[in-house]
Amino acid sequence: MSTEITTDVVVIGAGPCGLFAAFELGLLDLKCHFVDILDRPGGQCAELYPEKPIYDIPGFPVVTGQQLTDNLMAQIAPFGPEFHFNRMVNSIVKQEDGSFKLTTDADEVFHAKVVVIAAGGGSFQPKRPPVDGIEAYENKSVFYSVRKMDDFRGQDVVIVGGGDSALDWTLNLQPIVNSLTLVHRRAVFKAAPASVNKMQELVAEGKINFLTGQIAKLDGEDGQLTHVHLTTDAGDLAVPATRLLPFFGLTMKLGPVADWGLELNDNTIVVDTEKFQTSVPGIFAIGDINSYPGKLKLILSGFHEAALMAQAAKAIVAPGERVVFQYTTSSTKLQKKLGVA
Amino acid sequence: MKILVTDQAGVDHELEGLEGWRVMEVIRDWGLNIKAECGGALSCATCHVYVDKDWLDVVGPPSDEEEDMLDSVGDVRPNSRLCCQILMSDALDGLKVTLAPSAAKD
Repeated sequence: MSTEITTDVVVIGAGPCGLFAAFELGLLDLKCHFVDILDRPGGQCAELYPEKPIYDIPGFPVVTGQQLTDNLMAQIAPFGPEFHFNRMVNSIVKQEDGSFKLTTDADEVFHAKVVVIAAGGGSFQPKRPPVDGIEAYENKSVFYSVRKMDDFRGQDVVIVGGGDSALDWTLNLQPIVNSLTLVHRRAVFKAAPASVNKMQELVAEGKINFLTGQIAKLDGEDGQLTHVHLTTDAGDLAVPATRLLPFFGLTMKLGPVADWGLELNDNTIVVDTEKFQTSVPGIFAIGDINSYPGKLKLILSGFHEAALMAQAAKAIVAPGERVVFQYTTSSTKLQKKLGVA
Repeated sequence: MKILVTDQAGVDHELEGLEGWRVMEVIRDWGLNIKAECGGALSCATCHVYVDKDWLDVVGPPSDEEEDMLDSVGDVRPNSRLCCQILMSDALDGLKVTLAPSAAKD
């Protein structure tokens, strides 16, 4: 049975701009629920460059992606936003009363008066190796994650990659498979040294194979893999395989956003610059995912967009209510909401 | 200064580059098929190019961190580089590179 959640605002994407939106919306008493495909807040800041310094956040001469995320989480904590991680919004349907019904791939249904799309470059998806025809095998014999270990029991498995995912699954699956070949383009691994040592022990014991090389071609029929062709230092070879697990990290794809009936421009959502509203009233887009004349893909632009969007969102959630513009430095009312007065 | 870029479809482009620009920025600015999703932070490997063999010595080898990032693409060759790490200079006037399949936008 699906979970039903009713709220003022659903924010799609918990990157820096989405997170700050919860602050601006919170000051106006609007309650937020976040949906994000990652397993934690921060978006690109958390996934792509948690340790990289950012130099253009106003007031912070230097801050890392992770620090910025942590600070934003602390800043919005007084408003009690709720987070739904590891899921993606599949559909948004406008209801007769003007509200929106959103469904996720985790079988949740959200009812919200306002939707804010703060999805950055789209949703993070596994990187697909550039191999002809690989799509036909996906979710049948090529997988980008292990959902059920049993799907790999007794199989001839090829794992590609040199990071923690590749090494962890090599070690976890080895006891239950028929054969396992780890393929990486070089003998240098980014994975934890302890995992690499264990992998090398298994190779020495003859329990798994390790090859330096890359996937060249796949053989099989009706989505069922039979061989993975590799280009290796020792020449081309074909490894019998019934399962392939490529682990090349994540990349951003626009995904279902393209199907929501919004006006798009080159994979971004067209908005106005007064409210940052999309072509569908009640759906807003802020941060890297929107476009308008003069748009700069900067975190600080997204913060500004969040503040203006919040005013427009308030007018939708509480039509007719007079909103007094106030400052957090001087307003006791706002300070009470922040828990400091 | 100019760079010569062959895209994934095999079409050649001659692009005007500016001193101090990253090669990725030049290619992106001219609207070629390059994803460059992290914007030059050496965090994604979606600006992957093959450097023409005549230019390999001038461009030089990738750093260790760049090699690590190259692990996240499946079409690495000995002349692979991430072009956000190549800065335009007089020495690179006429540089020839080919966009890798893994650099393509969706």
